[in-house]
Amino acid sequence: MKPAAFAYAKASSVREAIELLGKNKKGARLLAGGQSLIAALNLRLDAPSLLIDINGIGGLDKIALKQNWVELGALVRHAAALRSAVVQKHAPLIAKALPHVGHPAIRNRGTIGGSIALADPAAELPACLIALGGEVVISGPKGKRTVKADGFFKDLFETALGPRDLLTAIRVPAANRESRFGFAEICRRHGDYAMVGLAAAARAEGAHLRDIRLVYFGVGSTAVRARRAETALAKHGPDAAVAALQDDLDPPDDVQASGATKKYLAGVLLRRIARELAGASA
Amino acid sequence: MSRAALAIALHVNGEPVRATVEARKTLVDFLREDLGLTGSHVGCEHGVCGACTVRVDGEIVRGCLMLAVQCDGARVETIEGVSDSGEIADLQDAFQRRNALQCGYCTPGMLLTAQEFLKAGAVPTRDAIREQIAGNYCRCTGYHAIVDAIEATAQARAGGRK
Repeated sequence: MKPAAFAYAKASSVREAIELLGKNKKGARLLAGGQSLIAALNLRLDAPSLLIDINGIGGLDKIALKQNWVELGALVRHAAALRSAVVQKHAPLIAKALPHVGHPAIRNRGTIGGSIALADPAAELPACLIALGGEVVISGPKGKRTVKADGFFKDLFETALGPRDLLTAIRVPAANRESRFGFAEICRRHGDYAMVGLAAAARAEGAHLRDIRLVYFGVGSTAVRARRAETALAKHGPDAAVAALQDDLDPPDDVQASGATKKYLAGVLLRRIARELAGASA
Repeated sequence: MSRAALAIALHVNGEPVRATVEARKTLVDFLREDLGLTGSHVGCEHGVCGACTVRVDGEIVRGCLMLAVQCDGARVETIEGVSDSGEIADLQDAFQRRNALQCGYCTPGMLLTAQEFLKAGAVPTRDAIREQIAGNYCRCTGYHAIVDAIEATAQARAGGRK
């Protein structure tokens, strides 16, 4: 199908984008990579009156190591993040996840900020951001603020972003020698949205894993932390963790798989990830 | 500045183009309907099938997931331009020799997707080739021959460099 008609404006600064959002209230959408938005427009799942193209805003496509944080600007393309030595070295969980985000042509356009702001429950990057204990940097009419990943994702496609907010960057703690990461997903075709996926982070302390964070995607209306499984994995190991998943997850049936299948696959992924976390360092 | 139709100026296959387009017109529809470049195909129109793959500023993109207005100032290359330049003559020859197309609907997208991969220079594994073309559907189920053709081209190019 073809999109319904809309007006188009190119914002040249963050401030201008926020002003345009203010003038158009909920009828406006920000256009970053467009790899989900334009698909939604083509399918007429969405019909905004105005698209505000933020691709011309300078300075939002930087990747930088700042003290002990890796900061990725909102307009960093998935392909650029994948090629980045900073991401490979200091944010290896994101480097593991990125090859699973869409296909090469999608990754050439899709942006880090767009993936986080859209908050698709089956997407890889929101789960990684939660697993890493990352932050989202937001500019709005009242200035700049930072929101922790744990509080950013509210519900299905709902985030802490207000109608006049622009996500300008994400920040994740830089990996160190104790950091351990795991990433796995199951999908019908490489690059499609996962039936079930798991992003995990932990800290190695001798032979033990501490601060384990297991974040599932494709299993609910947002990415989901499996807190009981986290505790069980630290205390008793993979078998107990898989058993604990029964209480952590309650995936609904969807077009990809039944909830029961997803729950079973979540256990399969947990065993794989437990091996990965226990194994080689980041 | 927010208007429904906008003037754009870009280069398509090396030639300067000026046009006025509706904001909602996708790049692939602009190429096909306004410029008559029908080599890029329209399949799913939501980024899944890869039939509309074209190059913008040297990188492959989904022609259905970019708006024509976003290409103001850009360099767009389609299968017509890449064919005429001879850049992928060897790859096209390999597709023909290996029977890597049946109906041909997916072929322009497959060729551009494969070429982006082959430009990197290394000889990829068959698994890596499959991963690279995972975003391009072939409904004639011709993947095996397509992988053969891409692999053969990579090997031939590597041999030619020695």
